[in-house]
Amino acid sequence: MTAPAPAKGFSLYAKREPVFPKAVSGNFRRLKWAIMAVTLTIYYVTPWLRWDRGPYAPTQAVLVDLAHRRFYMFGIEIWPHEFYYVAGLLIMAGIGLFLLTSAVGRAWCGYACPQTVWTDLFQLIDRLVDGDRNAQFRLHAAPWGPGKIARRLVKWAIWLLISLATGGAWVFYFADAPQLAGQLFNGSAAPVAYSAILVLTLTTFVFGGFMREQVCIYMCPWPRIQTAMLDEKSLIVTYKDMRGEPRGSVKAARAEPDKFGDCIDCDQCVAVCPTGIDIRDGAQVGCITCALCIDACDAVMAQVGRPRGLIDYATLADAKVEQAGGKPAPLLKTIFRARTLIYLGLWSAIGLGLLFTLGNRTRVDISAAQERNPRFVQLSAGDIRNAYSINISNMESRPRQMRVAMEGLAGGHMWQGESSEHGPERAIDVTVPADSVARVTVFVAAPYGNGHSEDFHFTLRALDREGGGDNHAVTFSRPLE
Amino acid sequence: MAKPPASARKRSVQQANRRDEVTGTDFVGHEWDGIEELNTPLPRWWLWALYISIVWGVVYVILYPAWPMLNSATSGTLGWTSRGQLSAEMDAEAARRAPMVRALAAVDLNALPANRELMQFAIAGGAAAFRANCVQCHGSGATGSPGYANLRDDDWLWGGDMNAIHFTITNGIRNPDHPQTRMSLMPAFGRDGILTGQQIDDVVSHVRVISGQERASAASARGAVIFAENCAVCHGPTGEGMRSVGAPRLTDRIWLYGGDRATLTTSVANARRAVMPAWGGRLDPVTINMLTAYVHSLGGGEAAPAPSETGAQPAAPTVPATP
Ligand code: SF4
Ligand code: SF4
Repeated sequence: MTAPAPAKGFSLYAKREPVFPKAVSGNFRRLKWAIMAVTLTIYYVTPWLRWDRGPYAPTQAVLVDLAHRRFYMFGIEIWPHEFYYVAGLLIMAGIGLFLLTSAVGRAWCGYACPQTVWTDLFQLIDRLVDGDRNAQFRLHAAPWGPGKIARRLVKWAIWLLISLATGGAWVFYFADAPQLAGQLFNGSAAPVAYSAILVLTLTTFVFGGFMREQVCIYMCPWPRIQTAMLDEKSLIVTYKDMRGEPRGSVKAARAEPDKFGDCIDCDQCVAVCPTGIDIRDGAQVGCITCALCIDACDAVMAQVGRPRGLIDYATLADAKVEQAGGKPAPLLKTIFRARTLIYLGLWSAIGLGLLFTLGNRTRVDISAAQERNPRFVQLSAGDIRNAYSINISNMESRPRQMRVAMEGLAGGHMWQGESSEHGPERAIDVTVPADSVARVTVFVAAPYGNGHSEDFHFTLRALDREGGGDNHAVTFSRPLE
Repeated sequence: MAKPPASARKRSVQQANRRDEVTGTDFVGHEWDGIEELNTPLPRWWLWALYISIVWGVVYVILYPAWPMLNSATSGTLGWTSRGQLSAEMDAEAARRAPMVRALAAVDLNALPANRELMQFAIAGGAAAFRANCVQCHGSGATGSPGYANLRDDDWLWGGDMNAIHFTITNGIRNPDHPQTRMSLMPAFGRDGILTGQQIDDVVSHVRVISGQERASAASARGAVIFAENCAVCHGPTGEGMRSVGAPRLTDRIWLYGGDRATLTTSVANARRAVMPAWGGRLDPVTINMLTAYVHSLGGGEAAPAPSETGAQPAAPTVPATP
């Protein structure tokens, strides 16, 4: 064996080092608070917004109605066969993240990702209950005693409440919120609602309370994708080591001004970092670009009377230019370059395409299937009869009168129902209930003719002012002799 | 090097207690082209999963049927059986359908097609009963085959309104054991020596003329006379048929056995006496109502005849004396 002897206590498992980020204030912190307020409000409030769709449709503005396979979003209603809208939105979300990443780095991670937002919220609770960084350190190191237990219980209880509200809010997107809320309390809600709340409460509690940056560093695929998405022109949080190094305390720098850079080695950037890393080691996967270290460093620079921006949003290219003494490219030019413009173009093209089809989609649909057993029936008078099941979709939230007519098949006529009695009509009128599919069976009879099959169409027309229509090709079969 | 762990010390002496330095785990002693196997202990979670499974197994054996015996199996304290579960589910389903079934038992058949919900229920049930009882003769598409009526067309031997269909299903056709059965027997004109071969040929010509398959000829003119004397009493003077005796209409495109010359000759010479079982005693009244609704819905269903023709009783056609 030539392997080097491992250090004593060698383990393949690295224990999590708890992170106690220090409170910080500054522009980015304010921005993060604002985004947290907005995103959390959107998340918790959306299911409670109402939207009037008339008497036949739910009044919830945003509703994923799995039981009836409908998706409502304000004025838009999506049926299962229109799932490509959802697919389109997901593709847009993907390209949107590419766009965001190549332009402003991991802005998603730093500001908007639920993992970040809830962790931020939980860390706020940490500070409210346990105090700031140093107090949290002390409490963490302190042996278990009544005081520590009491604080932990209070903190976990608050976490649990938030988690419960989070898991609870989720299920409201899938059912009428006020009604479900009542059912949840009196115990009559569906079991799946309770289990969904349970699972989401636990994941929120564990991910936000205990795993935090571990989720970002070890579990989330996004950092891996992002590291591939970033290039030297993406804005990331950068420590300008040319300016900062070598580090030295204020006192040392005063003694020998030429020997030291701007970093006074106060470790404030490390203290505030929610993932517990040192940005001065360079860009790394642990950095979610929350920019809190920029706030911290700016405050320090202001105190010691040096220009801000020792740690700053900068592209690697700019950092190099600055290092060489040049001026960094203007922000707009950094953000709008070929790559981001291509992403933006793709993103908007898909968005416009979706909007276009959304604006032009018809809210009626017909499909017809010929009965196969038997395909034709010989009638007494010599005619041949075929049967078809026709599905008529009315995707509006009101009942509609529609007319199904035959186009083609000379001498043919159609009737609805199960009886043999019929007139010479070539159309039937059907009232389709709001937001549903009517299934009608029609018989079509036509002369025996030459014994050949014949293609024709069923056409659908809505008989109200909005109109709209559709058609479906079918075959009329005759016996071959 | 640290002292080897107890497990390693206990192991056999033939292999050196060599330990992998990176992981601190002993080698098993197997080696394949320089690749060696480590004696990694079972993960804790795995062991626990095993113990929990064992406990689970014991609990399961106590609660549920488990050990097979000679004639049965241990029954378990919960008293659960798969058959019991099935019958509970069937009972629940029967309870769910009970109101519809009650309504169907009491329904006036003529009014049923207008009651959409009940009619749909009946058709669905009838379709299932049809598949179990009727497809053997009438075919899975209910289109029949020579000798077995096509139930989808608009031609009926014995009538196609709800009550007529119901009566046919209940009592069957030419069923010797049932006094109410649909009964009529066409004479075997050839076999019984009523008509000569030539006469049969002529009457077949006539039938093919009135059904539009042949041009009129001298033979068909002779046949018309024979028809009027022998056949018109049941099939009607123009061959339009007579439902009260189940005599088929001969002027249309629909043939139970076939309208070609050879088949018609056989039919006239030997007669056809197809039978259908009476389902009255075999199926419950609700199922028969369902079957009625289903057959009526296939495309040939007729409206009830005018009230003057139907009495208080469901139309039971008079049974003519056999000729
Ligand atoms: S790494 Fe993943 S979980 Fe963490 S902030 Fe970014 S996207 Fe969210
Ligand atoms: S290094 Fe700075 S930007 Fe990155 S996660 Fe830490 S505090 Fe946020």
